[in-house]
Amino acid sequence: MTVTGALFSNADGIMLHVPPITPPPPVLSVDGLRVELPGRAGPVFPVRGISFDIAAGETLGVVGESGAGKSMTGAAVLGLIDPGGKVSGEIRLNGERIDALPEAAMRDIRGKRIGAIFQDPMTALDPLFTIGDQLVETILTHQQIGLAQALGKAEELLASVGLPEPRQRLSSYPHQMSGGMRQRVVIAMALANDPDLVIADEPTTALDVSIQAQIIALLRKLSRERKTSVMLVTHDMGVIAEVADRVAVMYGGRIVEMGAVADVLRSPRHPYTRGLIESIPRLGQRKPRLYQIEGAMPSLDAMPAGCAFHPRCANAIERCLEPGPALELAGSSLAACWRADDPTLAQLKVDVPPGASQSRYIVEDTRPLVEVEAVSQHFSLAGSITGSWFQRLTGKPHSGVIKAVDTVSFAIARGETFALVGESGCGKSTLARAIVGLQRPTMGRVLFAGDDVAKAGAQRRFQMIFQDPYSSLNPRWRVADIIAEPIRTHGLDAGKGVRRRVDDLLAKVGLTGRDGDRYPHEFSGGQRQRISIARALAGEPEFIVCDEPTSALDVSVQAQILNLLKDLQFEFGLTLLFISHNLAVVRHMADRLAVMRNGRIVETGTADSIFTQPADPYTRQLFDAVPDIELALARADADHVIEIAAKP
Amino acid sequence: MAAFIVRRIGEGLATILVVALIAFALFRYVGDPVMSIAGPDATQSDRDELREQLGLNDAVPVQFIRFVAHAAQGDFGFSYRSARPVSGLLAERLPATIELVAVGATLSLLLGTGLGIVVALKRKSALARSILTVSLFGVCLPTFVNGIVLIYLFSVTLHWLPSFGRGEVVPVGGWTTGLATWSGLRSLIMPGITLALFQLAMLIRLVSSEMTDVMQTDFIRFCRARGLRRGSILFRHGLRNAMMPVVTVVGLNIGSVIAFSAITETVFQWPGMSLLFIDSVRFGDIPVMAAYLVLVATVFVLINLTVDILYFFIDPRLRLAPATAAAQGPANG
Repeated sequence: MTVTGALFSNADGIMLHVPPITPPPPVLSVDGLRVELPGRAGPVFPVRGISFDIAAGETLGVVGESGAGKSMTGAAVLGLIDPGGKVSGEIRLNGERIDALPEAAMRDIRGKRIGAIFQDPMTALDPLFTIGDQLVETILTHQQIGLAQALGKAEELLASVGLPEPRQRLSSYPHQMSGGMRQRVVIAMALANDPDLVIADEPTTALDVSIQAQIIALLRKLSRERKTSVMLVTHDMGVIAEVADRVAVMYGGRIVEMGAVADVLRSPRHPYTRGLIESIPRLGQRKPRLYQIEGAMPSLDAMPAGCAFHPRCANAIERCLEPGPALELAGSSLAACWRADDPTLAQLKVDVPPGASQSRYIVEDTRPLVEVEAVSQHFSLAGSITGSWFQRLTGKPHSGVIKAVDTVSFAIARGETFALVGESGCGKSTLARAIVGLQRPTMGRVLFAGDDVAKAGAQRRFQMIFQDPYSSLNPRWRVADIIAEPIRTHGLDAGKGVRRRVDDLLAKVGLTGRDGDRYPHEFSGGQRQRISIARALAGEPEFIVCDEPTSALDVSVQAQILNLLKDLQFEFGLTLLFISHNLAVVRHMADRLAVMRNGRIVETGTADSIFTQPADPYTRQLFDAVPDIELALARADADHVIEIAAKP
Repeated sequence: MAAFIVRRIGEGLATILVVALIAFALFRYVGDPVMSIAGPDATQSDRDELREQLGLNDAVPVQFIRFVAHAAQGDFGFSYRSARPVSGLLAERLPATIELVAVGATLSLLLGTGLGIVVALKRKSALARSILTVSLFGVCLPTFVNGIVLIYLFSVTLHWLPSFGRGEVVPVGGWTTGLATWSGLRSLIMPGITLALFQLAMLIRLVSSEMTDVMQTDFIRFCRARGLRRGSILFRHGLRNAMMPVVTVVGLNIGSVIAFSAITETVFQWPGMSLLFIDSVRFGDIPVMAAYLVLVATVFVLINLTVDILYFFIDPRLRLAPATAAAQGPANG
């Protein structure tokens, strides 16, 4: 593997691992990189002295949660730090310093020797120009060739990233393509001038699972075939396991652990890496609870002294407050922890709150709580010109009707967690809206405890938790007022009693009564989601619809929220409808689930049976597409064995 | 696209009809046209005859239809004041106004876009700040003050430019243009600038905020990551995207430019339609006022239609929309 040919050095420039044979020069060599940005109260340092190399043809995964400094590292290498920011340290491309180059020289490197792939393919392309225009522009900027030649090359590139009918695609505009296709175009542009290095910043995060798998496969294939080095920035350990050769784990602007993917993922040395990996829900097994790292990533203007992770670390000692520690060899990888080699470190324990049983809350009442009976939700394209004229002329809708939900039926038992799973556009959120009565279904009905949701005034008995904790709370209201609203609306309490209830609820979701006097923007994403949960609980509901409640959150925060939801479900005997595209999260949460596709349910049953023996081909396809750490590592082992066997 | 334009034309026609109704109501209900035409000394039988002649004894809807039918053929009757056909009067004045508005709008668009880009790119520089400050005067000071200050400076004090009128004009077909002679061009400078000033400040702010937003989008970042040249990023990708909302606002605003041209034409004694309108208001010359209203409404409608059609050329998402709009679901109309 390429790992043995790589050079590691710490912030002091001391060589830590000397390669056995003369190594190929690293394509990218970063030494002591720091990024300084102007902040409101003085400068902040999103990247605080990191060093790493990427060898020719190697893929280095840079993984971390939001605020770790990983995207900033990529931007610094590209020379794309916003004006006002300062970069120090050394960045070398094939041995040549590029960190202090003038803008014009850097421009020649960007797009030619370093290609970039961005997160969101929907916004990465200029909407006003064709794909061909933008590709040819990229080629002609860096190569002295004719237009016809450039067009030919553009077509070749589109073919190499697997776009069907590349010639026709040249004259397409971005909006005529799906997200997956656009990401292929973005990749083609990154590769347009045969770069030595590609920096891919969350290249699969905005995509659906099955598209994500295709893009991952494409990236892997291209880096192998073209021998391009890749710096893959992502928050997803699964993607790292699938694509990367080595991984650097970042926390608080530093690399806390770095090494071969299999080593780091199988036997992590840094407490943060260990906690992070443990807190990821897995497809292959269902644990009663997830390991959770308390707290959240420190904000840039409040970086703890010493090891940035020590306030959240269960194993912190006094020394952790001292400057450092540097990345040092621990086992087969590098870790920046004083206790990385300490065998006495406490094993990670999943704390079970006293009194909480690990089994499901048992409800005596066996009648279903929610019954969805042949619900359909159609949207006509009446807004469009042709649609409305057709409808006016013939008096009936034609093909311009979207069946967002098409004759769906299921029942949810009291006290269970039922999950709706599917890719974007499959109708799961539309169905959820119909279930809580936000939208009257076109056909069919939803019964809640036997009453029709559309008629009954039983709103209090079900509540909703939304995906985006940033937009689902009124920014002008104090948290206490947000949580008090359902209490007042439903007349559950009045006067001083309201605030008492609010304080209780805040305590239940892990906040304090004082937090009630603050405004939503003062909280992190995870804390806001706790507020949303408190608000949902305030109406004393029996049933809560959670629509992608953790997909906007970091992995360690996700574990906290999922554990909290399970605890509360047990405490209050709640019934949950859990909507998610994240299959591992569903595996962790759901008792039963339904898999949706194109508005229909393709498979429904208990989680145990579907996850172990999926019956529908689409379900199987979805499961196969999930980038799962265990499976990827197992596959890599198998590849390795084959490679060794193939050698003479 | 065709269906969309047909619908827009329909809406435009409806707008013009409503304005025509208002113009017609002026005739009917603002004073008695018979009194205005015949004068106070006419006998009752003269008046009755005139009333019959003008068709004022017919039912109101019939009168309105007749008004619209005549207007559609460019016939707005005779001016009370000069007894000449209104259409002839307006046609004489139309070129002056069109040239003034065109020069004013072009000046403000060019200056507004150019300065807007400067402000967007150098937001914190002294230059950007002074552009923003100075342009504020354009909004704060009324148009007539701007005009009078210009006249005082360049005509009264420096004697560089004529203080009023259109200068020498050259007839080209049925049109008279001041753009072909030196004195005509010199006469256009100050009224043009005065007219441009009032929307310049707004345009600078609009262009700079749009441009700032666009420069922060992902696709511009991706352009930079592809190593494109600065000029290409700024103008090919940045400006073209930033101009989308600007086109809308400018289209809507040309209407206000025409309205504001009334003040400019008065200050500079510019022999345009608006000056004619102001004069006819003073004399209660209702046929001219009515014709002016209908004409301005028509220009409004035409400009907005042009803007709508322009969109199709600027934004491919509209041009090729049907297939994807259908796929995107109910939110799109």
